[in-house]
Amino acid sequence: MSRYVLRRILQTIPVVLGTTFVIFAMVFALPGDPIRALAGDKFLAPSVIAQLHKEYHLDDSLPIQYAKYMSGLAHGDFGRDFNGDAVSALIRERWPVTVKLGLTAWVLETVFGILLGLLAGLRRGGVVDRGVLLLTTVVISVPALVLAFLAQFVLGVKLGIFPIAGVADGWPVSYLLPAVILAALDLAFIARLTRTNLIENRRADFVRTAIAKGLGPWRVVGKHTLRNSLIPVVTYLALSFGYLMSGTVIVEGIFNLPGLGNLVFQAIQRQEGPVVVGVSTLLVLVFILTNLVVDVLYGVLDPRIRYD
Amino acid sequence: MSLQPAPLLALDDLVVEFRGRRHNVAALNGVSYSVAAGETLAIVGESGCGKSVSAQAVMGILDIPPARIVAGQIRYRGTDILAWPERRRRTLRATKIAMIFQDALSSLNPVYTVGEQIAEMFRVHRGESHSAARRKAIEMMERVRIPDARRRVGDYPHQFSGGMRQRIMIAIALSLEPEVLIADEPTTALDVTVQAQIMALLHELKEESQLALILITHDLGVVAEVADRVAVMYAGQVVEDAPVRTLFSSPAHPYTQGLMASIPRLGQRGSRLPALRGAPPTLSAPPTGCPFHPRCAYGRPVCLDRLPPLRPVEEDHSSACHFAEEVMARD
Repeated sequence: MSRYVLRRILQTIPVVLGTTFVIFAMVFALPGDPIRALAGDKFLAPSVIAQLHKEYHLDDSLPIQYAKYMSGLAHGDFGRDFNGDAVSALIRERWPVTVKLGLTAWVLETVFGILLGLLAGLRRGGVVDRGVLLLTTVVISVPALVLAFLAQFVLGVKLGIFPIAGVADGWPVSYLLPAVILAALDLAFIARLTRTNLIENRRADFVRTAIAKGLGPWRVVGKHTLRNSLIPVVTYLALSFGYLMSGTVIVEGIFNLPGLGNLVFQAIQRQEGPVVVGVSTLLVLVFILTNLVVDVLYGVLDPRIRYD
Repeated sequence: MSLQPAPLLALDDLVVEFRGRRHNVAALNGVSYSVAAGETLAIVGESGCGKSVSAQAVMGILDIPPARIVAGQIRYRGTDILAWPERRRRTLRATKIAMIFQDALSSLNPVYTVGEQIAEMFRVHRGESHSAARRKAIEMMERVRIPDARRRVGDYPHQFSGGMRQRIMIAIALSLEPEVLIADEPTTALDVTVQAQIMALLHELKEESQLALILITHDLGVVAEVADRVAVMYAGQVVEDAPVRTLFSSPAHPYTQGLMASIPRLGQRGSRLPALRGAPPTLSAPPTGCPFHPRCAYGRPVCLDRLPPLRPVEEDHSSACHFAEEVMARD
């Protein structure tokens, strides 16, 4: 097991190198001069432009730029944005927003997704089941974008229950509505996944055995059905966690939350290579790590899976 | 009849229906059989004749709905358990009536160790401590001859071979010393040598504890070896019920006769093995009268009109054929 984990961690090195290079190359390939774009209509002295180009290594070829950036990264230097701020400081400043938003969304989808799935699966064809099926179908088919604007307009602008945008009211008030929108799709998936697995497992032979063993209904469901049913759900939840931690451009954008998603979006518009790559590297690491946790967790939950 | 011991478990005219989308299907059409302590009753018949459904009805593991027990009784020591509240029936199964299934791998929970699954019986039903239950689980594993039980108690079902898994199932079923064991095709999924070992084990355990064994099978070889009585089922009915010797020497139902004729024998060569013509009827639209008449060599007009009841044809031998005596004579 520990050898497996070690091997998986070593495998992250080429993955990080590859993804950062691809992202770096894409920022490099963006048309236009970022320094000129920064100045907009205003005149910028050629000497200033040259100075800034030199400072940000913009005249070097792609491999040289990448090598310089990576060597800085190896020394813990994430580089600076065009305002001269350290990218690491930017991340430190923005990440708490994304984490608060992501965690809230994750807790919501875990609790309500599983709960709805269980209620629906235990009484298949019942009122709750029909309700959950209908609701999840709606959520899955309506784009998050529409859902977000709709919620913002109705609950924020018209009814005034939630703040319209921003984080002025702090957690949880400012975060609740965006978190619900962010969680909606995965919540629907988790509810369906739980429901389907529960229904499938209730017909399993080992559940029939549990009944034949004279066990009570709570034990039959709680011990012999639930654990088997939740294995794929836990996997999905862990992956969803990684995705939520990495911030979302759309929801953070609509609700104007100063998180990582917003940071990346602005950085792409300004062609700030170091910011885009810095944040992306972090997100890649988070993703690889959650994937590793998922795989290890899977082995803990299902004894049929062994690592060697 | 007076010499017979009182039955431990008896099905009396049991009718079970499955509710379908368009019409209901009668899976059991008035099934009666009984088993006494220390007796092995074999239930034989083609797939879909209701063998397993009758066992599931006893255990209370029918899928209700779509299944529904329409009429009849299931009597344990003389009282109808269908009238019992669920809690009482729950105690009855496992402590008095236990069951093992065809596919031991899927019948065991993949995420718990076999030790946990056996120990659960002692913990839940006897309220024993973790460690005491575990000790007893090891004892049970030794009783069903699982080698190195002490070490293997912490293994998971997928780490055992097919035969060993069925032994685990037997260990679970017999852990609380039930009086009746229902074995639903316990060896069908196993290869031949392992089949023989499992049957020998079941027989041995039965002899040890005066267990009543209901063996559902379609292997007539196994029936001849271990059964005391045989109930032959066809299309949701018991069509013949007799001691095993009587059944093999003088079958009194054309269906049984057909089954006997289709057993391959050593030294028999050169001729085609006689097989029953046709297929069992669909239970959603059974034929009128006797359900066997479309495949029967003895068929007469009366067979199309009247369902023959299961009736005694000689001492301790019943058949559901209008012409049972004729069938016996012609054999």
